Amino acid sequence: MDGLILQILNGLDKGSAYALIALGLTLIFGTLGVVNFAHGALFMIGAFCAVTISKILNISYEVVDPNQTDFLGNPLKVKTPYVESWFGPEMGTSIIDWSVPLAILLTIPVMMLIGLIMERGLIKHFYSREHADQILVTFGLAIVLQEIIKYYFGANPIQTPPPEALQGVANVGAAFGMDLPYPIWRIVYFCFSLGIIGAVFAFLQFTTFGMVVRAGMADRETVGLLGINIDRRFTIMFAIAAAVAGLAGVMYAPINPPNYHMGMDFLVLSFVVVVVGGMGSLPGAVLAGFMLGILESFASTTWATTTLPGINQIIIYLVAIIVLLTRPRGLMGRKGVMEE
Amino acid sequence: MLGLNNKDTKLLIAVAVLTLLAPFILNPFPADSAMAQFNAGYPDLMQRFVIFGIFAIGFNILFGLTGYLSFGHAAFLGIGSYAAVWIFKLFTYNVVPAIALAVIMAGLFSVVIGYVSLRRSGIYFSILTLAFAQMSFALAYSVLSNPKFNLTNGETGLQVYSGDLQMFHRDSLPDLPHLFGLSMRSTYNLDLGAWSFSFNAGYYLCAIVLMLVFYLSIRIFRSPFGLMLRAIKSNQTRMSYTGLNPRPHTLAAFVISGMYAGLAGGLMAAMDPLAGAERMQWTASGEVVLMTILGGTGTLIGPVLGAGFIKYFENIFSKINDSILHEWFAFLPDGLENFMVFIVHPFIGKGWHLTLGILFMLVVIFLPGGLVEGGQRIGKWIKNRGKAKDSGATTEPAE
Amino acid sequence: MGILEVKDVGKRFGGLQALGDVNLSVKENTVHAIIGPNGAGKSTLLNCLVGKLIPDTGSVMFDGQSVLGRSPHEINQMGISRVFQTPEIFGDLSVMENMMIPCFAKRDGSFRMRAIENTMREKDVVEKAEAMLVDMNMADKRHMNAASMSRGDKRRLEIGMCLAQEPRLLLLDEPTAGMARADTNNTIDLLKQISDERDITIAIIEHDMHVVFSLAQRITVLAQGTPLVEDNPENIKGHPKVREAYLGETAA
Repeated sequence: MDGLILQILNGLDKGSAYALIALGLTLIFGTLGVVNFAHGALFMIGAFCAVTISKILNISYEVVDPNQTDFLGNPLKVKTPYVESWFGPEMGTSIIDWSVPLAILLTIPVMMLIGLIMERGLIKHFYSREHADQILVTFGLAIVLQEIIKYYFGANPIQTPPPEALQGVANVGAAFGMDLPYPIWRIVYFCFSLGIIGAVFAFLQFTTFGMVVRAGMADRETVGLLGINIDRRFTIMFAIAAAVAGLAGVMYAPINPPNYHMGMDFLVLSFVVVVVGGMGSLPGAVLAGFMLGILESFASTTWATTTLPGINQIIIYLVAIIVLLTRPRGLMGRKGVMEE
Repeated sequence: MLGLNNKDTKLLIAVAVLTLLAPFILNPFPADSAMAQFNAGYPDLMQRFVIFGIFAIGFNILFGLTGYLSFGHAAFLGIGSYAAVWIFKLFTYNVVPAIALAVIMAGLFSVVIGYVSLRRSGIYFSILTLAFAQMSFALAYSVLSNPKFNLTNGETGLQVYSGDLQMFHRDSLPDLPHLFGLSMRSTYNLDLGAWSFSFNAGYYLCAIVLMLVFYLSIRIFRSPFGLMLRAIKSNQTRMSYTGLNPRPHTLAAFVISGMYAGLAGGLMAAMDPLAGAERMQWTASGEVVLMTILGGTGTLIGPVLGAGFIKYFENIFSKINDSILHEWFAFLPDGLENFMVFIVHPFIGKGWHLTLGILFMLVVIFLPGGLVEGGQRIGKWIKNRGKAKDSGATTEPAE
Repeated sequence: MGILEVKDVGKRFGGLQALGDVNLSVKENTVHAIIGPNGAGKSTLLNCLVGKLIPDTGSVMFDGQSVLGRSPHEINQMGISRVFQTPEIFGDLSVMENMMIPCFAKRDGSFRMRAIENTMREKDVVEKAEAMLVDMNMADKRHMNAASMSRGDKRRLEIGMCLAQEPRLLLLDEPTAGMARADTNNTIDLLKQISDERDITIAIIEHDMHVVFSLAQRITVLAQGTPLVEDNPENIKGHPKVREAYLGETAA
């Protein structure tokens, strides 16, 4: 029983990432009708926001400290981050320590700006073109974005630790008399994701803006006829979707040290998630994201991998193929989306 | 000739002449000159031109004619390579059975993958093929290379070891892939004054195969089957309501293009008896898409041009480094020289992929018809200069 | 027995009864019109005939064989061709190529791999397609891109493509919708000529009374998913129920 719950928990963090990326993909697809192959790159850029912030906070100056000497007896050069000298050593250290959550503050405006530029500068011109062209141009953009990141940050994964207080493992089952050791940061990530998903849904459900967007998702032409400037709203929706992907990435940095190709790895799986959930269905995307994350976690157990070696690597694809063959519209897909 | 009309015959002859004389054409600069870095007449590079040309021709039969955008064709290339290397390991270094098995295996896999993927169209199809390709990559990279059952040799890649069975191998035969005794690596170097040209057996095998499959693709383009495929791209509703079943048509196109990819993979292994999982990754699939689009989707010659273009510039760009850049910009004042090198630096050497990505976007945005359309536009512009513009609505025959 | 027998066909979409117990018999070599106000279920009925929709109840027999559960291309191969409300043609292909495709479909069936033969050397198909283009009065447009033609020409090409298959039943879905008066009259003349010269049954769904009364020999009036009356044009014109349900509405 404990083992079972532990596997479910283990699937939650990846599932959260899938769900958030798939949510953004679905929002963009539903509102703009564009399949965004660069969405994974946005997730990756989010993760690198965390890297950037922690690098910026660690910018230091060197002073020669005559009181300290190295083993040869020469005076030692001591590096002090500017933050520490500005805010005092204690405050400074904890700012650096909390660089990942702080990076959220940077990520939101940066990602929204990137989303805005992408939509206005590129995607806008592809609304009336074939889906194949949309796929191709965003695919090209994904390559460009990931190569730029590779150029500035190198090809190796960059370790980005969470704040010290949130490191380590907590026994989440203690209250129920179960033994469930689980990394604290993953709990944080899961709750964070739920918060974002809730915020997006609430936004769509309870604001006028969200109502118009939902109406636009259902029938774009009619809403356009009502004299509502749907294009501007869609631009903002794209920026929000970009921010969601970025936030998914920035908080994921401590779980998976960011590298330049993580975007594509997650994108392929998130597409599978979207297809399984049902293209154009937001709840479907979230549900399928968590489901497949948990499924992957079960397939990664020693029992599964010894029975069927490598099952953890292909389980998601297998499920996707089976779902598409038996329920072509996905689990919660609407009729008429992307058919004909 | 050969059942082709005049225009197609000319095109075929042009391709034949270009491929057969490639060792001359691609080495226009004397071997010792500064421009020699722009030569491309090396056996392995010429082989790559031709092999990727075959791959792209096959991809174009699917994407160019039916409009189904597959993101998983590299899987078939990889399967072809693995099949060929297994023939080398178990039976013989002769390339004929290796290439034959490569084509057959790729064909079998494409029947299965195509059958499933083609149940959906549009972006679903693209995503399904992408998923299949990633699954094949995962299978080849780790799943099928465990000690109990090692089919792909994982990260190292599948290769021939001295302890392998090689049932039909004799000592008189070369210890490398060969065609009935003619080693694929045997090269004849011709020195003419300052120029040097290499004629490589492997290249010529690939070139002959290219001509054959290019001819076959012309025949397919001009056949009733080709017409049906273009009809599918144009209007599937009308297709069904004309009593034609789109699915077997697209499946046949998928399998043919998968077999082309397998052939390319087999040839790749025949040139260098090695097969690695990275050949199956989505980036490799993306590359063949780019080649086809850059050259001109749905045109006959486009994919070959695109493959040559990309492989040539990949080679050139990867070779350029900062010191070469400094040489180029040496005529500029110092500050400006350094600035130019700084600007260009991200795009060269290891930055080739960045250049490729930008190129990809530019082509899709500004020149959806690729190089062929670009050429046609320039040709028309020259023709129409001075003449009154003739805006006839006649169809452009695909060429 | 008619060539097309529709028995007790019903179709629901969620809570909406789109068709309820439709009975219809189309006699061979006649022009049969199905009319009715918007939302009467005309298009739903048509989609049930060609395999796009499967009715919940009832049966649809064509020439003694059931069409239910068959896919559109199978039904077409049985001898039913359909003309759409907005012309469905192969826009990227030339007019000649458009016309050759149904000829191939007639000769080779729903799938036959002919990947090596040269299209233009398939003498029988080329000749047949050319003859049909002459019949349709568009031989001079053969090299034109189909998408670049006028709407009237597209319509004519589509009808020609359907005829090239030598169907026994031609279904037309509001063939003159959105057309100018002159084009409408041309289309009426063309359809008249077709029904006079060929062994063909025509079923037509139409809104335009002018078209219906100049073509049809038999008319079924559909209202709220059920047939109201079926009779010849003269009687329909004077039928009180029809005036109330349909003609009255158009007059208002």
